[in-house]
Amino acid sequence: MNAVTSRSSRQVLKSLRRALHSSAVQPAAAASAAALASAPRETVQMNMFTAINDAMRVAMATDPSAVVFGEDVAFGGVFRCSVDLKEEFGADRVFNSPLCEQGIAGFAIGYASTGRTAIAEIQFADYIFPAFDQIVNEAAKFRYRSGGEFNCGKLTFRAPYGAVGHGGHYHSQSPEAYFAHTPGLKVVMPRNPIKAKGLLLASIRDPNPVVFFEPKALYRASVGEVPVGDYVENLGEADIVSRGSDVTVVGWGAQMRVLEEACAYAEEVGISCELIDLQTIFPWDVDTIEQSVRKTGRLVVSHEAPQTGGFAAEIATTIQDRCFLSLEAPIQRVCGYDTPFPLVFEKYYVPDALKNFEAIKKVMDF
Amino acid sequence: MLSKALTTIGSRVAVRAAPAAQRINAKSFSSLGYFPGTKLPYVADLAIKDPRENELIPCYRILNEQGDIVEGATDPELGQDICIQMYTNMIRLNAMDNIFYDAQRQGRISFYMTSYGEEAIQFGSASAIRQSDMVFGQYREPGVLMWRGYTLENFADQCFSNKDGHGKGRQMPVHYGSKNFNYQTISSPLATQLPQAVGAAYSFKIAKEDRISVCYFGEGAASEGDFHAALNFAATKDCPILFFCRNNGFAISTPTVDQFRGDGIASRGAGYGIPIMRVDGNDFLAVHEATRKARAFILKENRPVLIEAMSYRQGHHSTSDDSTRYREVAEIKHWKETCDPIDRTRSYLFRRGWLSAEQDQHLRDNERTNVLAALQKAESKGPPSLNTLFEDVYDVKIPHLLRQEKEMLEHVAKYPDHYAAGH
Repeated sequence: MNAVTSRSSRQVLKSLRRALHSSAVQPAAAASAAALASAPRETVQMNMFTAINDAMRVAMATDPSAVVFGEDVAFGGVFRCSVDLKEEFGADRVFNSPLCEQGIAGFAIGYASTGRTAIAEIQFADYIFPAFDQIVNEAAKFRYRSGGEFNCGKLTFRAPYGAVGHGGHYHSQSPEAYFAHTPGLKVVMPRNPIKAKGLLLASIRDPNPVVFFEPKALYRASVGEVPVGDYVENLGEADIVSRGSDVTVVGWGAQMRVLEEACAYAEEVGISCELIDLQTIFPWDVDTIEQSVRKTGRLVVSHEAPQTGGFAAEIATTIQDRCFLSLEAPIQRVCGYDTPFPLVFEKYYVPDALKNFEAIKKVMDF
Repeated sequence: MLSKALTTIGSRVAVRAAPAAQRINAKSFSSLGYFPGTKLPYVADLAIKDPRENELIPCYRILNEQGDIVEGATDPELGQDICIQMYTNMIRLNAMDNIFYDAQRQGRISFYMTSYGEEAIQFGSASAIRQSDMVFGQYREPGVLMWRGYTLENFADQCFSNKDGHGKGRQMPVHYGSKNFNYQTISSPLATQLPQAVGAAYSFKIAKEDRISVCYFGEGAASEGDFHAALNFAATKDCPILFFCRNNGFAISTPTVDQFRGDGIASRGAGYGIPIMRVDGNDFLAVHEATRKARAFILKENRPVLIEAMSYRQGHHSTSDDSTRYREVAEIKHWKETCDPIDRTRSYLFRRGWLSAEQDQHLRDNERTNVLAALQKAESKGPPSLNTLFEDVYDVKIPHLLRQEKEMLEHVAKYPDHYAAGH
């Protein structure tokens, strides 16, 4: 444990964090990839909220039908994600809604059902549940139930999610597993500004309804060199953040920062981790995780959400089925406990780097 | 600048507020209370304002139970063609209801819901909107789709879940829809279509399309949170939408006295700042006129309107319901005999000399024959092919679904006898 708290390991962590949050972007579209290959893309330093703001600006500039709305978005949003958009695109396209999540969701579905692009904000992921019926029974099934005659695919729900240090029950939740259980939806969670912009643009343009959860703890904390202009990251693809040979470590969103730290601790004691950002929770990239686990023989999956019924369970079950003969140790889940998200004990509740470090050592020692 | 704005608003509000203050005989001061977004006259006497003391919102009608123009009303003179067309559709819907209901009783289709007693609501309103207006229904509005050209065979195909049916056999019977006819697919969760219709209306508005959303729902559905969401969003975003409530007295077994205690649904419009009309839903002319007027108002003012059509659900809630367990047979009989919208329409047509008893009988026989033919044809068509089960979940089949489809097809191939084709 000394190694963990030593000055040198902290320095390692710092540099690793920098690397994680400014990882080079992979242009997703084949056409733009060719153009980009010749000249390096111009970038500008942004944090998570400015990258998201920039993504919406690009989306609105390239699609005149796109509207951005939700509670308090007109003045720029409580997290500043929609700042200046109203001034730029007009009050008809960037507007406040009444304070009513089921209304926001239903309105977004109806707007999108006319073939136009709706970017709806739910102020906190904790408050998406009043819209659960609209999202699960309506948005997700819209295309299927009409035999493809109608769809609301040009619809994206954005919502800040996750631990923030002092959010208590209703400003901390990670509800992705509820939505991953719903056929017809895509669920996306970025880990840094570069990914946030590319994944959000892809989500807005995807012809299916997407729930896009933004790690609010990183809105200001995560900074990176974000490509200027228009680019997308492919949905449904995991991103191998760092290569390794002993253990596969999988997470998404804000948890990637924690896992980076845990992997650095492991490195200190000679364990080589392959760290993977799932990025799209559903439909998730089974093949990339499977290939990695076939190589390492060990898997640790970590998320902030409670363990029981969390998405780690889905990954663990699938990989156990796919990689039974390759596995050297039981798959470990490092998750929030099965309690509501606590205020004063947040530090103890969250699946922090040390808890993940312990799980990594456990699969090595098995 | 601020004080000038306040003065301007103040005078406007004061003028509007004065009659209300007089009505309740309040001792009002000359001063007004300035609050964000509003300005109110102060009063010195404390009174509880009880809505039970309000007069009931009256119900507009043109025809009485005998099909005569009521005193003071004006016949809108829609003309013979459209009136006959509405009546023909009523007879067609009624014939479809009779035969499809029996088909469910014989186990040929799994479920059905009739429109008995609400035919005038459906055709009176459908005939007063434009084909380009986007309709969002609940489930008891097949007449609107019928009016737009959906054929008896289209209806039957959906109810039999056959390969030609809307929705590829995925939803229960009566969950119709048609992109061609601007009629969004029905879904079972109640009232979810209301805020959706508002979003569509907003889309039409900012794209400057000359069309509105028309959203139907029952008085029971109006208790859902989505009703509140929709009316408030429609008002605050000034959306071109017609909310059309079918108040038929029952939500399955629940009478309105257990559903709400205000003056029906129409009285709620005021709280949202939405203009309203209440109309006799068994009077096809009144429904048509109200809808026509509402549509013109909506497009001119860029504001929503709420219509509440009063009626009575003559049939059971659905084929899974026996309504005599919660209401008297005599009551149903009374409404059927005295207030049936088809009878009233027919009487009107007779009086105008636009229909004879002979023509009427011919029409009924003809529609019955057509429905039976459509039913038989739909019944003989096979189900959609099995691999459509995995289509349309997403725009394309994602790898997860391709894997599951393969698993299913391999499994079915292994036990072909167990999974016989068809139902």
